[in-house]
Amino acid sequence: MSGQSNYNPKTGIEKWLDARLPIIRLGVDTMIFPSPRNLNYWWTFGAILAVMLVSQLITGIILAMHYVPHPDMAFDSVQHINRNINWGWMLQPMHAVGASMMFLAVYIHMFRGIYYGSAKNPREMIWIVGMVIYLLMMATGFMGYVLPWGQMSIWGAIVITNLFSAIPPEAAGTAVTQWLWGGFAVDGPTLNRFFSLHYLLPFLIVGMVILHIWALHIPSNNNPTGISIKTKADTLNFHPYYTVKDAFAIVVFLMIFSYFLFFKPDSMGHPDNFIPANPYSTPAHIVPEWYYLPFYAILRAVPDKLMGVVAMFASIGVLFALPWLDTSKVRSMRYRPLAKQFFFLFVLVCLGLGWAGAKLPSDLVFVTGVDADGHEVGLTFVWMSRILTIYYFAFFLVILPILGLVEKPKPRPASIEASVLGTDKGDN
Amino acid sequence: MSTPVESDEPTRRDFIHIASGTAVVAGAGFLAWPLIDQMNPSADTLSLATIEFDVSSLEEGAQVVAKWRGKPVFIRYRTAAEIEEARSLDVNVLKDKQTDSERLVPGPDGKLKPQYLVAIGICTHLGCVPLFDPKDTKGGEYGGWFCPCHGSHYDNSGRIRKGPAPTNLEVPPYWYMSDTVIQIGKEASV
Repeated sequence: MSGQSNYNPKTGIEKWLDARLPIIRLGVDTMIFPSPRNLNYWWTFGAILAVMLVSQLITGIILAMHYVPHPDMAFDSVQHINRNINWGWMLQPMHAVGASMMFLAVYIHMFRGIYYGSAKNPREMIWIVGMVIYLLMMATGFMGYVLPWGQMSIWGAIVITNLFSAIPPEAAGTAVTQWLWGGFAVDGPTLNRFFSLHYLLPFLIVGMVILHIWALHIPSNNNPTGISIKTKADTLNFHPYYTVKDAFAIVVFLMIFSYFLFFKPDSMGHPDNFIPANPYSTPAHIVPEWYYLPFYAILRAVPDKLMGVVAMFASIGVLFALPWLDTSKVRSMRYRPLAKQFFFLFVLVCLGLGWAGAKLPSDLVFVTGVDADGHEVGLTFVWMSRILTIYYFAFFLVILPILGLVEKPKPRPASIEASVLGTDKGDN
Repeated sequence: MSTPVESDEPTRRDFIHIASGTAVVAGAGFLAWPLIDQMNPSADTLSLATIEFDVSSLEEGAQVVAKWRGKPVFIRYRTAAEIEEARSLDVNVLKDKQTDSERLVPGPDGKLKPQYLVAIGICTHLGCVPLFDPKDTKGGEYGGWFCPCHGSHYDNSGRIRKGPAPTNLEVPPYWYMSDTVIQIGKEASV
């Protein structure tokens, strides 16, 4: 959007409209703008996420036509959608599986941003707006999971709203939870307001996505080399080159989505959510949706209630500061041999935290022996979570800040063009 | 037009700006409060605030779960051995120091009824319902309750003994209306 416009209205109608509401100009200039010519497939997840957001909005609005947000009827109305509504068997899982697919895409999108330094100067605002989108997605996904009003729905809602009871009662902890619930426990009023907010938040996400894309158009995309665009030879127009590349990736992604949608629609959910909600009986093992598991593991890793909640929120909060915590002048970890290794370890740690979040804290990762009473002993998942939580925070607060100062990066190509054409001799 | 004179004295215009700004902020506050307060518990929710329960229907060693304000309330008839166990404990070992007697209310005769323990059945960690099973390990290591969510163990007085829960199971306000009937949701009028 910086620089001059690529739009030349030709017909009389276009000229008339352009003088009054230059909406075609806005569209053309959004799509035809110079992008680095070396973007790889990790850069297609933004477009994939845009498609998934539209898919979630459309299926969500349809589901709201048939869903009843009442504790006596919510569970049955979801079954009714699946069994009786025309195409409901497809539309309801499309929304539920779609949420999982959207989180899968957003995690890849975020890891890509960390690896290639996309959060760093001059793209801090793109990253921060993106983190706001991620937080809104988490809130939306959480409230959406409550709506079917199964056992995992209500118990997930109870555990998460009780996070606010970590605030001491004298500091309004009780007042906050009762305000959230609209009663003395999670009940009908809670379900009804979660439905209202679940409908609202996606439109806030749309607004933030517009800001995200607007901010992206100022410096243009980062790229796998991390070096800035210097000449026109470094670039290709977004349309048609990347619209086509994105379209191909979207088709592949939709094939994976379709596999889960049509063959494993319940694989991302929990069997207990097919039991209607019962506020008087806690399931033996409450787990959140898979995409929250790493944060759930961090929550449980800390033995103190308030500090556990603080650690969980801090694990997301620290991501906001990433542009300043990664102190290296080199954006892409392709040229940072040490950072690359710590990054891949960080990915494994996130997956490990997810694994730990799915297990009971006292379950054993591996057995080292037998105690006096004949019980097996070994590394418990709560201890594994503690070790991994320390690495998670150390990666952001210790490793990245120090590495930027001590690491000797490999030579980078002279330009994006040189790296693509192989004419580069690594002279800087 | 006359040239404005530089002065530190507040002008009539400053006064109007501050006064109208204050009115807008106060007005916005008055308007915002109903929009926020509508989410608080409604009148009908608040009106269902007390229940009555006849403890004579309980068997020794058993527990009944009453429903009060949408929450489970444990009412447990403790055995003599369990009462002794709860009373003999040194409170200094506890995270949330309370004697067993402090968690009971007196009957109409002014004496405690230690056999009946009343506590809100919501784990003080993150709100799960702890499990009760005195004959089995499901009830935890201290003969009380065990919360399956994050592994908090409570003793038979509902006091936190092990695990992440910060405080003892909450004792709801209740009083003995007669020798055998308790009302939950209200304290005895002194």
